[in-house]
Parts: sequence; structure tokens; C-alpha cells
Amino acid sequence: MVEAPAGLEGQGFFATSLDKVIGLARANSMWPLPFATSCCGIEFMATMGSNYDLARFGSERMSFSPRQADLLMVMGTIAKKMGPVLRQVYEQMAEPRWVISVGACASSGGIFDTYSVLQGIDRIIPVDVYVPGCPPRPEQIIDGVMKIQELVKAESLRRRNQPEYKALLKSYGIEVE
Amino acid sequence: MAISKEQVQDKLSAAFGDNILAYSEPYGMLKVEYKATEHYKIVRLLKEDETFRFRFLTDLCAVHYPDEAGRELAIVTHLHSLENNFRLRLECRISDKSAEIESLTGLFAGANWMERETFDFFGIRFTGHPDLRRILNVDHMDFHPLLKQYPLEDSSREDKDDRFFGR
Repeated sequence: MVEAPAGLEGQGFFATSLDKVIGLARANSMWPLPFATSCCGIEFMATMGSNYDLARFGSERMSFSPRQADLLMVMGTIAKKMGPVLRQVYEQMAEPRWVISVGACASSGGIFDTYSVLQGIDRIIPVDVYVPGCPPRPEQIIDGVMKIQELVKAESLRRRNQPEYKALLKSYGIEVE
Repeated sequence: MAISKEQVQDKLSAAFGDNILAYSEPYGMLKVEYKATEHYKIVRLLKEDETFRFRFLTDLCAVHYPDEAGRELAIVTHLHSLENNFRLRLECRISDKSAEIESLTGLFAGANWMERETFDFFGIRFTGHPDLRRILNVDHMDFHPLLKQYPLEDSSREDKDDRFFGR
């Protein structure tokens, strides 16, 4: 059970604004797309397992099609050659979409300060939450997902129409209709 | 049927004479150094010889020795005779100014990707290669990263500012 959003409550009725209700629904039914390329992906598997169980946060169902996913979880080293693939996956996701960057490699390149590795995925796609660690523990990944849930709850219904959001995507050279 | 290192040496010396520069046995494995012009011919002879039958190209790669002027790039070829259980290391040197050598793709289909990799990392052009493109690095990379004049680190890294590390 989740807490009801703030609103007017009386005998037999409850009134609140629509975006709060939708935000609540979205935040508790996130479909993650795991983009796991190395050891952070192993920690993510533990996060999905019965001990930590990300399903408790409404992320039971992994989506392996970007078109059905809400949350892109990038976990692991992204080589420069993988960059365009990751970007295409992001572009194929429908709005609203969020990105969580798990671990040092995805966030900054990590120990792989070398010619072949992308020095942080935020060079090609916008990132909402960074989870530090090498690799982070499942608790940290869950904490990152909870941070995303806070963002989702507070999101306006049509984020893609906002000028700030359009400007952000434009700075990454991503087409917005 | 086993063959000996001496047999291989005798055969190569008889066929190529002065073009063979040296024989040695680092780590117990016969190594032949020869002039780069003979690269294709030596490998063809070893492959097609009915006694030796070096029919397997184990590896093909390069090494950069920037301090050895005129012979900076070593092209190292490993051959394996499966029937004789005999391994052989071949090495020839070329200059990094005109890094060009004959392709082995006519002898071994497996040389295709190995030569593409060597081209990718060292910029060695294999003449006669059917499709000499980068294979592992991104297509738009404008240098050959294992040549030692290029830094290993990514130049776009921002968080390694010396101020944060007290250097």
C-alpha cells in the first residue's frame, strides 16, 4: 500500500489533483529496461532476487523492449562503440522516460580511463539519478530507484512539452516532436 | 611424424638465404626473424610444404618499438602445424613511416580479421586485403591507439583534475 497523496477527504469522497494520482500510479509501476554490460549488472540481478526484491517497489516486470519501458537502467562499462546503441535504445523509449546510471563506469568511465571507453553515459543521453559504487550494493540500487520514484511522483503530466525539457534534449541532439 | 627445429631452419635457410636474419628460441619456441619483403613467401612455403604442413594461423599481431628507428613495427605471426604438433613464431620489422606489408588473406581466411585488428590498432596497411577497415574501435576514430605516441587515457576525461588529487 502506498500513502494517498495530499487532498480533500470527506465522507465517501476524496479529491486531489489528477497529476498527483497519475504520478503515484507511474511511480509504483515502473517498467525498467536493464542495460547491463558488466559487474553492476550482477548486483542488479541480486537486486531483482528474493533477498532484496525490487518488485516491492512496483518494478516487477523487466521490459526488454525499449518501447514498453519507463526506466532505463544503465549498469556497467559502456564502450564508445556501444554508445550509439545505448542512444538508440533511449530514443526508442516512449515519454515519459527516466534514466538511472548505476556504478562508476556508467557514471564517469570509472577505472577505464582509456581511449575505447565512454567517459560517462551523460555524454550521450540525459541522466536523472547516478548511483555511485564499484559496483554499488543492491541497497544502493534500490535507493537510486526510490530517488527516481520521487522524481516521477513530482513530474508534471506532460513533461515533454516543457521548454526546459525540450532544451535539455536539444542539447543532446535528440529530436523532439 | 615429428619434425625438428633444425629441419625447419635448414629448409628456410636453403630457400631464403640471407633474407632470414636470425633464429632464436625464446621460451623454447623457435622464432624466425626475416626481411619483411619475404613475409608472404615464407608463410606460403611453410603452409604448403608437405612435410611441415603449417596449416593453422594461430595469431597475427604487431608490436610497436618507437625507439628502434627504421624498424619500429614488428609483425608477429604464429603458425601451428597440427599434424606435427609444432609451433613457430615469425617476426619481421617494418618502419612506421611506410607501414605496409603483404596480406596473408590469400593463404589463410582467418587472417582477415587478425589483419583488420592489426590495422585498427597499429595502422599497418596489408596490401591485397579485401576489406581493410577498423574492426574493434569506433569507425570514426582518427588514430591507431596502440602506437605509443598516443596516450592511453581518454582526452575527454574531466574528473581527473589534479586539483582534486593534490598533485
